[in-house]
Amino acid sequence: MHADDRVVQDTDPLRPTQGRGGPAVGSWVWLPTETLQPLIDVLRTDGMRVIGPQVADGAVVYRDLAEAGDLPVGWIDEQDGGHYRLQHDPEAGFFDHVVGPHSLKNFLFPARETIGHFLREDGTWRQVEDLPEEPPLAVIGVRGCDLAGLAIQDRVFLGGEAVDPGYHRRRESLFLVAVNCRRAAATCFCHSTGCGPAASAGFDLCLTEFPGRFACEVGSERGAAVLAKLQEKVPLIACTDSERAAAAEQSERLEQAMHARQRVAGEPAPRSLNTEGIRDLLYDNLEHPRWEEVATRCLSCTNCTLVCPTCFCSSVSEVADLSGDAVQRERHWASCFTLDHARMHGTSVRSSTASRYRQWLTHKLAGWIDQFGTSGCTGCGRCITWCPVGIDITEEVAAIRATSPHDEGA
Amino acid sequence: MSPAECSPSPANSLPAVATVPAGYPWRSHTVRIEGIVEEIPGVQTYDLRFLDQEVAGRYRFLPGQFNMLHLPGIGEAAISISSDPANPQQLAHTVRAVGNVTDALARLHPGDTLMLRGPFGRPWPVAESTGRDLVLVAGGLGLASQRAAIRELARRRAEYASVTVVHGAKEPSGLLYTHEYREWKAAGVVVRTIVDGLPQGTATTENAAGDAAMWDGRVGLVTDLVNELTMLSDRTTLLCCGPDPMMTAVAHAALRHDVPAEQVFVSLERNMACAVRHCGLCQFGPVFVCQDGPVFSFAAIEPYLSIPHL
Repeated sequence: MHADDRVVQDTDPLRPTQGRGGPAVGSWVWLPTETLQPLIDVLRTDGMRVIGPQVADGAVVYRDLAEAGDLPVGWIDEQDGGHYRLQHDPEAGFFDHVVGPHSLKNFLFPARETIGHFLREDGTWRQVEDLPEEPPLAVIGVRGCDLAGLAIQDRVFLGGEAVDPGYHRRRESLFLVAVNCRRAAATCFCHSTGCGPAASAGFDLCLTEFPGRFACEVGSERGAAVLAKLQEKVPLIACTDSERAAAAEQSERLEQAMHARQRVAGEPAPRSLNTEGIRDLLYDNLEHPRWEEVATRCLSCTNCTLVCPTCFCSSVSEVADLSGDAVQRERHWASCFTLDHARMHGTSVRSSTASRYRQWLTHKLAGWIDQFGTSGCTGCGRCITWCPVGIDITEEVAAIRATSPHDEGA
Repeated sequence: MSPAECSPSPANSLPAVATVPAGYPWRSHTVRIEGIVEEIPGVQTYDLRFLDQEVAGRYRFLPGQFNMLHLPGIGEAAISISSDPANPQQLAHTVRAVGNVTDALARLHPGDTLMLRGPFGRPWPVAESTGRDLVLVAGGLGLASQRAAIRELARRRAEYASVTVVHGAKEPSGLLYTHEYREWKAAGVVVRTIVDGLPQGTATTENAAGDAAMWDGRVGLVTDLVNELTMLSDRTTLLCCGPDPMMTAVAHAALRHDVPAEQVFVSLERNMACAVRHCGLCQFGPVFVCQDGPVFSFAAIEPYLSIPHL
């Protein structure tokens, strides 16, 4: 069969019409690497702010993306506890770096956000409604662990009695171009948390990279609509069943390889997290000596909470103009590693580093299960990499598990 | 009981109520200070009224719930509501000036305005406890969180077997709402007070007579009074508010009377920025004090209260 015979046709009469025919949800098409630029253009023409991974200050970070040439093609990252180095690799594709310090959290739950305006007129305060309009976001390059982190933050900000309006608005209009990882850093342990490495759900489009082209899975009607517009610029070729299978196999191979990883002398240790019974394990060990031990290494610097894609703690500051009659309330990220987090009546409830590390770890892996019905950990490994002293969440859990009376004889 | 055996829903014996107002969680409403009463040195009760009559008309709260009081440019603080739930348009908050926001509040005057969000949180199980002996134990300013319940119980006294208020303070000048005890007693509420100690030179029945500042009451810990109460295990519900160690001690005193831990309730206080489970600041073990509490059954929260610096 000639490749041109596979140019996508709108063949499914049940699929909602998109105006012009495009690939259906659940279908796969080939996107040559040179279609990344027209894809970015289509998203920007739709009025979206496009974000993508780029090299800046020695790391791959998410930034505004206008040029496909700014994507970190040919770069891979070496990660270990307290260690992150970019290396040029001529074999590496567009997305063979893994995860940098940024995540979707930086955009959906920004580090600083105005949540209210207040005016005093004739001595009377009132709240005024003028929250800014923001363009919808499109993010290219998100991984399975990023999508898992997003689903967890959705439960925090959208799943309870109160819905966060800013998060809700940004989430509703969010367009996601996911990427299936082809390699894992030593700090990656998504295979053991069930969050990766494949991007399995929650995307509009998902790319699996092959030499010179991406196999693109259509995950939503919006994804299909974007491809329909892309199709006006470039012809799209459908993937055959065997090509789809080859794409899926690429993720499966990586997942199997992650499970089979062994420690090699002189190389960063591969991580994994045993999550079995983890809630009870941690709550039964709130007075374990390991908390004091880790506190001798932990600097309480807050890095782990800042890079964590799910950490959601925040505080609110008042910002007044010179007259004092116009006030903005600004919500900003907070961290359980600061004394301010648990401050009451001038003192902190968690005055020791041990109590603050315990709060972080037990909340992330145990409290979250009570609060939101899910672990707060995606296995992305950011907290390990960006800890200045290389404290490793998987190692801390393993140490508690190894000496827990709870698990004795198990 | 190990924490792991504890129910994932620590407030399970409390009523299901709206613990968050509907709509935008940061929406606040202007209130005007109608009056300020100095209760004890450094502690004032602020009577607040909504400016918007529509907001006032739909505002309801239950005893034990709290509001977020916001002074624009200064900050926001979680303060329990101390007025009668039957008259939700006249809100009272009793506040000790101990921090940034409460110090600034203490500098305001009648007629000044501030912003208010609420009500938030799980209330005391007052409505669920009809027919029972209710014991309310408050340490210091903890009585502010119980005053709404006491007002409600005094009004509906006939529906309860007995209502006893036990209030302890550091010294006699720390006893709250003393001018109201006569009214509470007249409604059939037993009121008992105790102080930790007396300032030097305080007149007592042993060394003076006829002194207006004379203290003829009990000196000791609030648990002394709780221990002396007759508490029937099958019909007592105890509500306690005060510092964490005091609540733990009172709860254990009740347990020694064979009152089940499921019928002992405590109200916790933690740092809060949002009051709707989003800011994470008020976490205590697996719970959010703002919405899973502030009122918890002792059965659910005891495993965490016993852990230092949690």
